[in-house]
Amino acid sequence: MHASTLRTYKTVHTWTGIVAGLALFIAFYAGALTMFKQPLQRWLSPPAASAPAGSTQADALIARTLAEHPAAQPDFTLHLQNQALPQHITWQRRGSAPQAATLAPDGGVHLGPPPGSPLPDWIDVVHRTAGLPLSLDWGAGILGVVSAAYVLAIVSGIVVLWPTLVQDFFALRVGRNRKRMWLDAHNVIGIVSLPFHLIMAISGVVFGLHDIIYETQKVAVYGEARFERIWNGSGPFSGVRPDPAPAAALPLAALVERVQMQVPDFMPHTLRFRGWGTRGAVAWITGEQACCMPRTANGSLVLVSAVDGRMLYGEYVAGHRSGWMAGVSSFFALHFGAYGGSTVRWGYFFLGLAGAFLFYSGNLLWIESRRKIERPGSGGPVLQRRATAWMAAGTVGVCLGCVAGLSLSIAAGKWLHGQVADLGAWHRGVYYAVFLASVGWAFARGGARAGVHLLWLSALACWAIPGTSLAGWLLPATGWWAHGDALAVDAVALLGGLGFAAMARATARRVAQGPRDSVWRAPARCA
Amino acid sequence: MAKTADSGLSWLGKSLAGLLLGYGLAIALSGLFAWLGPGGMVPPNKYQFTMWLVVPVWLGVFSAVFLFRSALRAWGWLGLANGLAFAALWLVRQQLDQR
Repeated sequence: MHASTLRTYKTVHTWTGIVAGLALFIAFYAGALTMFKQPLQRWLSPPAASAPAGSTQADALIARTLAEHPAAQPDFTLHLQNQALPQHITWQRRGSAPQAATLAPDGGVHLGPPPGSPLPDWIDVVHRTAGLPLSLDWGAGILGVVSAAYVLAIVSGIVVLWPTLVQDFFALRVGRNRKRMWLDAHNVIGIVSLPFHLIMAISGVVFGLHDIIYETQKVAVYGEARFERIWNGSGPFSGVRPDPAPAAALPLAALVERVQMQVPDFMPHTLRFRGWGTRGAVAWITGEQACCMPRTANGSLVLVSAVDGRMLYGEYVAGHRSGWMAGVSSFFALHFGAYGGSTVRWGYFFLGLAGAFLFYSGNLLWIESRRKIERPGSGGPVLQRRATAWMAAGTVGVCLGCVAGLSLSIAAGKWLHGQVADLGAWHRGVYYAVFLASVGWAFARGGARAGVHLLWLSALACWAIPGTSLAGWLLPATGWWAHGDALAVDAVALLGGLGFAAMARATARRVAQGPRDSVWRAPARCA
Repeated sequence: MAKTADSGLSWLGKSLAGLLLGYGLAIALSGLFAWLGPGGMVPPNKYQFTMWLVVPVWLGVFSAVFLFRSALRAWGWLGLANGLAFAALWLVRQQLDQR
């Protein structure tokens, strides 16, 4: 390959990486955590008197709830019991807050806000918007643009690495040349997880920009009338006609059995009913389908008649969907890591963390390659360009601020439970307070010193998670709790904290002893 | 700064060509796929697949645009490709779009 081509793509890689790197760090770190939303939900949920679960109990719950609260009848959702949450019904009337009903042990219906912590969904929002304080659509749109830069960064990275791929791939040169070692690590992780990154980048663009693409295609490809016809005619509810004649819905066990006759390995967990009590009643059912690539992060979906269980729409479930939807659903599943059970979840968790490291190390390499080398006998360290020092401070502040902010918002889920009215607002508040304070601290103290402080903060924030559980277990008076079946959350946080502590010690050594001309060395104090 | 063949203006020109003409070309090619690809306009959810197609084509062109020797060449060749693809799409729609 021509040397000038390589130089060109090196520039493309540098600048797209700089533009996209920090947002992608946050998206990947938070995305790694979303792989374990359900264990986190369990960790965050206080011990509760167990609500009756099972299909006859679900039938009773529906019957009693609708008798007492007829407003729920047109559109309500049944959530079957899972590891974290009791069996319950939710519904929402236009313009009012969502409500939930559970069956009390005495057979009555208990009304309240939807159970469960808002935190797992908040982590998901941070993942989808990089924590930008915008609406979900705007945040995802900006991340779509970031993902487009990310695609360019991936392609240009491959081009740059291509001529020396083989010798670089097998080399991790640990030694005196720190920059070489970081570059080797950056290259190895980039190449090993290349398919993962390509999928994330392309699907990230689609998730963020699909509205713009559809609008363009509406005009340029289909024509407005045809597009509206396709759009309205292909949705799950497009073929559903209301039929107000009264009819009894199937009991849950019979409904699930009829569904499983049509989709053998489908395990429903969430059922949204519309038009309950009428001939036209439908159930929009989400469930696990272990064999195949599910359409959403929560599983596959089928639309069936609630009266006789007949399938009305099968495009979101394997075995019934068209080839086109199988292709599209595969891309969704590959992004969500929702196939292949816990092995794939753990794989995505580590690939996500490795991706975060890729962006962090990329920024570090940019900083290193802009370092001015101190010449012997020049009498004292050279001054770094301001942009280099700012990039160092920004990288440290944004990345570690996100890490510490997310860990502390998790721990705060136990501290604040039952103490505050709007837990979701508090979680956002804790995250932004820690994040902004970390960024401020990094710019105030410089990347080098702040790096050590913020790494220790990240370690302590991680340890606050098992620490809170331990305190809840030893001192029930705190009002906190520890669940034996959520110990994996505590264990991962403990290990993560150890990792950050080790990095903090290594960074502190470099701040004290590293080359004087590095931005990572604490500036010498003026006499 | 090292003297290279590419000025800032050339970078801007090529990048804009990749961004805009790459997107245009991807839209036109996705349109040809929508009308002429398997099943034509009949399969109900093919339009989702067709939307996904835009992204790899667009960013593939965007990634390759830096291989052009100058911004002018990038705009010239990609402009020509856009013209041909949109002309083909217009012809196809004239023939097949009955309503």
